[in-house]
Amino acid sequence: MNQPVTFLGRAEALIGTHEADAVDNGVRNFLELREKAVEELPALADLRDRARAIRLHALRHLDRLLAHFADQLQAAGGHVHWAVDAADARQIAADILQRTESRLVVKSKSMVSEEIELNDHLEALGLEVVETDLGEFIAQLAGDTPSHIIAPVLHMTRQDIGKLFADELGVPYTDDPFELNRIARVHLREAFLLADAGISGVNMAVAESGSIVLVTNEGNGRLVTTAPRVHIALMGMERIVSRWEDAAVVLETLARSATGQRLSVYTNVITGPRQDDDPDGPEELHVIVIDNGRSQILAGETAEILACIRCGACLNACPVFRTAGGHAYGTPYSGPFGSIVTPGLHGMDPWWDLPFASTLCGACEEVCPVRIQIPKMLLQLRRQAASEGRLPGWLEKGIARYARTTVEPARWERAKRWASRLAGVIATDGWIRRMPGPGRGWTSSRDLPRPAKESFHDWWRSNRGS
Amino acid sequence: MEGPQVQLFVTCLVDVLAPQVGRATVDALEEVGCDVAFPSDQGCCGQPAFNVGLIDDARRMAAHTLDVLDGTEGSVVVPSGSCAVMIAHHYRELFADTDREEQVKRVSARVRELTQFLVDELGSSSRARCEGCTVAYHYSCHGLRELGLEHQADVLLQDTTRVELEGDKECCGFGGLFAIEMPAVSTAIMDDKLDRIEASGADTVISGDVSCLIHIAGGLRRRGSQIEVKHIVELIGDGT
Repeated sequence: MNQPVTFLGRAEALIGTHEADAVDNGVRNFLELREKAVEELPALADLRDRARAIRLHALRHLDRLLAHFADQLQAAGGHVHWAVDAADARQIAADILQRTESRLVVKSKSMVSEEIELNDHLEALGLEVVETDLGEFIAQLAGDTPSHIIAPVLHMTRQDIGKLFADELGVPYTDDPFELNRIARVHLREAFLLADAGISGVNMAVAESGSIVLVTNEGNGRLVTTAPRVHIALMGMERIVSRWEDAAVVLETLARSATGQRLSVYTNVITGPRQDDDPDGPEELHVIVIDNGRSQILAGETAEILACIRCGACLNACPVFRTAGGHAYGTPYSGPFGSIVTPGLHGMDPWWDLPFASTLCGACEEVCPVRIQIPKMLLQLRRQAASEGRLPGWLEKGIARYARTTVEPARWERAKRWASRLAGVIATDGWIRRMPGPGRGWTSSRDLPRPAKESFHDWWRSNRGS
Repeated sequence: MEGPQVQLFVTCLVDVLAPQVGRATVDALEEVGCDVAFPSDQGCCGQPAFNVGLIDDARRMAAHTLDVLDGTEGSVVVPSGSCAVMIAHHYRELFADTDREEQVKRVSARVRELTQFLVDELGSSSRARCEGCTVAYHYSCHGLRELGLEHQADVLLQDTTRVELEGDKECCGFGGLFAIEMPAVSTAIMDDKLDRIEASGADTVISGDVSCLIHIAGGLRRRGSQIEVKHIVELIGDGT
């Protein structure tokens, strides 16, 4: 993809655009809904503590839980595949589809499939892949990538979508959401009925019963996983809890944090393929458990990010995300969570700057249903970037000089006097309007108060005499 | 003096860019009977280095700050939520498993952000005064989320004419060196904040952190706005 390689470059291209406005409106709506849900349930604070404990427990016992899950799923007639990386996962999925002579594949929303870039791979093999989540369907139609983990086309307005449908589906223009929904439904219905295979994500696996849980608001997940002959579920290795009791707590916090709903409209529990007495369901169920860098994250200092339940609240709360939108992050996983998980999954090159795309305001941690210490981990990754020598020279040298200076009182005094004298030359009315060098970043949009003629130290010395 | 002994950690930004805030802090503390001392070898708490990941530089400044403050008497009062958090919370992480652990414990336990000290610790009758002006309050992120500073401003501003500021608990986009590293993003966030300040009807914006204040003030000034920007202590003590 031909896009700038830095967060700042991508953000600059997006800020102030129609797309960024749409994102801002969308996330503020989510935040308001979440706020209402939080007010409605005072016990949510306790539930969040429990959800955190449950998820951290699952991460600590991941090997055991996954093994148990696999046993139970196999006992129920399902198949488990272990994918080391993205290529491995794509290969496993492609092999299943080819063996079952699948031609048409319907998909419900799966961010992991975006992570492993599955669609491109399957299309290159001659398969037809149809996204059926409304947002993903729109993104696919537009040739666009999702910009928000739970609202893929948050960056589009209904007018944008109306125009897209008119252009691509040959329907009369409308921006009525119900009508747009109807058009998509009609268009997708045929695909559901004809599809050979369905691919879904996994919101959560439950080890004790070998079940997978899918939450959706549109019901497409139910069709994808029951109508076709084959169901392939893509699961991030960490998306598991041990018991149903735990799953219930996570579900209680998930929808409330995401959209302010008490529960998503559809909560699907799938335990194995179609059984003899089931009226419908796939003949084969395959769960592909994907590592793709997760083991490495788990072994490092940002392991806690894997406790994430993918509600998207941290994206909505983040001023940087609200301003620039998800596409500025350059990966399917955007926002504060994405800034931690992306360098973890794909390495610091070229993703090291994502952890710096934050004001460290802490709004993300405040809304996180599992209280992940997001700012702490952003700092951790910044430290790693700095120790790898990735910071710009001016910053590294400037900070080193500042540190050397401020720890030596006499030297600090001299520096302040020098700054004040310089300010006397470049400031007017006590303000600096233009600074040279990296300081331009500040004065591009803001004045800077001049270093005072009399510092506080000076004043204290003159007036309090010590 | 009979009042409590306090040590003022004025912060480098106040020292250099907003000394009037330091003077007002001294006045406000003395007004309620504190005996204010100023350990004059102090520099920077290390936060700028800490926040960009330059951990050795951060440690260097933090060690100096610890040495300057350790052994002094009374609470260490800081007119900044952000710098107070740095010393009170983050030093522990910086010096974990080093021979400074005990020193960090001693010093960090004494650190109080200014409004926290006036309202919670002293229960003082200090109140902000702003004759003929309409104020709006911006909650600075670190004080709000890491120290839980929220009611203190309500108490201190109760005698002023205060209007609601939409999004008053949202970040102003400063973020320390973020403002210089990612100016376009920082500015876009700031512009939202400034729009809301201008829409609030306030003629004076108040906060408890000079870092946010110079950001907001610099942005408003560039817009040609007449809105005044002040640290809350400037309405309590005399900084002239």
